[in-house]
Amino acid sequence: MLAFVVQRVLATIPVMGVVAFVVFLLLRLSPGDPAAVIAGDYATAEQVERIRAQLGLNLPIYSQFFTWLGQILRGDLGVSIFSNLPVTTLIAQRIEPTLMLALTTIVFSIVVAVPLGVLAAWKANSWIDRAVMMFAVIGFSVPVFVLGYFLIYGFALGLNWFPVQGYRSPFDSPAAFLHHIALPTLTLSAIFIALIARITRATVLEVLSEDYIRTARAKGQSERKVLFRHALKNAAVPIVTVIGLGVALLIGGVVVTESVFNIPGLGRLVVDAILKRDYPIIQGLILFFSFIYIVLNLLIDIAYTLLDPRIRY
Amino acid sequence: MSDLLQPRGEAVIAPRDLRGRRGLFARQPLAVLGAAIIVVMALAALGAPLIAPVDPLALDPLRRLRPPSEINWFGTDQFGRDVFSRVVFGARVSLIVGVAVAALSVAIGLAIGLAAGYVHWLDAVVMRVMDGLMAIPGVLLAIALVSLSGASLTTVIVAITVPEVPRVVRLVRSVVLSVREEPYVEAAIAVGTRLPLILVRHVLPNSIPPLIVQATYICASAMLTEAILSFLGAGTPPEIPSWGNMMAEGRLFFPIAPRIVLLPGVALALTILAVNVLGDGLRDRLDPKLAKRM
Repeated sequence: MLAFVVQRVLATIPVMGVVAFVVFLLLRLSPGDPAAVIAGDYATAEQVERIRAQLGLNLPIYSQFFTWLGQILRGDLGVSIFSNLPVTTLIAQRIEPTLMLALTTIVFSIVVAVPLGVLAAWKANSWIDRAVMMFAVIGFSVPVFVLGYFLIYGFALGLNWFPVQGYRSPFDSPAAFLHHIALPTLTLSAIFIALIARITRATVLEVLSEDYIRTARAKGQSERKVLFRHALKNAAVPIVTVIGLGVALLIGGVVVTESVFNIPGLGRLVVDAILKRDYPIIQGLILFFSFIYIVLNLLIDIAYTLLDPRIRY
Repeated sequence: MSDLLQPRGEAVIAPRDLRGRRGLFARQPLAVLGAAIIVVMALAALGAPLIAPVDPLALDPLRRLRPPSEINWFGTDQFGRDVFSRVVFGARVSLIVGVAVAALSVAIGLAIGLAAGYVHWLDAVVMRVMDGLMAIPGVLLAIALVSLSGASLTTVIVAITVPEVPRVVRLVRSVVLSVREEPYVEAAIAVGTRLPLILVRHVLPNSIPPLIVQATYICASAMLTEAILSFLGAGTPPEIPSWGNMMAEGRLFFPIAPRIVLLPGVALALTILAVNVLGDGLRDRLDPKLAKRM
């Protein structure tokens, strides 16, 4: 077990290396002079030169890479061109809303999608099953921001149940937090509910045809216990996989959802950085999100061995 | 003998053909519906100048934010532009981006995947690079590429293609690895068939069905990403009427005129839904193994 964990952790190093290299190359391979692009059309020659020096673009390329790599390893993601604040400080300031939105979305999606998937598998080919699958296809296709605007239109502008936009910290007022986070969570959850319900249905359906399910039923086990104790437990691995894959979707979705609902999180930080061409922030956030993605997938791989003792690498 | 060489009567073939078509709709009504929606969207995109009643870029300051009327079916936006015309022209951007990204990423991914699946030392390197690329959130990578290279339709297409390539590479490589174990390929190797010929004759035909399925999904995801990029202000240049741009520009007026945001959104959602449903149908037809798993 320990050997596996160590091996798996070591395997992430080359992946992170590639990520760092790609993010590094992004700025250098772009056509034109990145310093001039960042400085904008109205910059003077000195301003361009200052940005060039700030980004280390006047050094030879290999020394640029290793300097930069050294900085990342020390946890230094660079300094914002406009606010002159370290990118790590900016991330720390903005991470709470993003983290909260991600958490509420994951919890809500699992709570809704897993029972839906089990129900669809149990009642396979019934109208319930068809309705769940139909919802899964639609939920997967409606873009996050389109759904967001429809929900705002219906529940915020129309019924006035929820605020149109904004964010409140749960540490200040849990009630206001829930009130503000409800619509964004619903928006972002649709795609996950679709994904998780679909995979839950498929795996539970497969498990239900296994011999031990027949045995469980034969010995008079109640249908609820058959479904939740025997079937769902064995369907856990693919469900966890999908949640892992969904993290990539979640990151993209968070950026858009925060933009729709005006939530001051990491997504807004990216969008503002794009509009101002604050490249160190864009670079730093891509690295940060990729890092999270890699670490989460690492944790999920390790979780497999706990969920299913048959999995050995 | 001469009887056999006679061209067969239409009557013999026609009923069977018809039955086949009816069967297709009965078996996969959603896929056929999806295909129909795509055809309508494609016609709208091709015939946009004929269908759109007004020039989608024409400003009319006197007719700003008008509700839907006989002249402006979907009303006008904050600059007095005709929303219906803009939605029709928006189909062009989405379809161009979807088709171009699907074609490009399949072509590039196929080449890399075939090479990686067959050349051993290359495989490890390529797959590590692909793992790394897949770890970077696609939308963010595309945003970074567009914001650095400057917004244009070409940049957007390239920027969306880059994150899609690793998925195709993985798919092709998995086909190569499984085909390589097949007895007929071992036989081909045993009789001394050269590698390029094996790739073209045995591996390529096996990769085509899953690639077609994958290409439709990539098409849907590319249209979505284009809309997200445009919506966030890092996509298609604002002067081009794309659905994402329209939603981004209409945002400030959402409480007064929600239709400016909602109508292009509906068009986008409907198109993506149609492509995804068609993809599911193709998957059931072409890739039964994968279909069973979903």
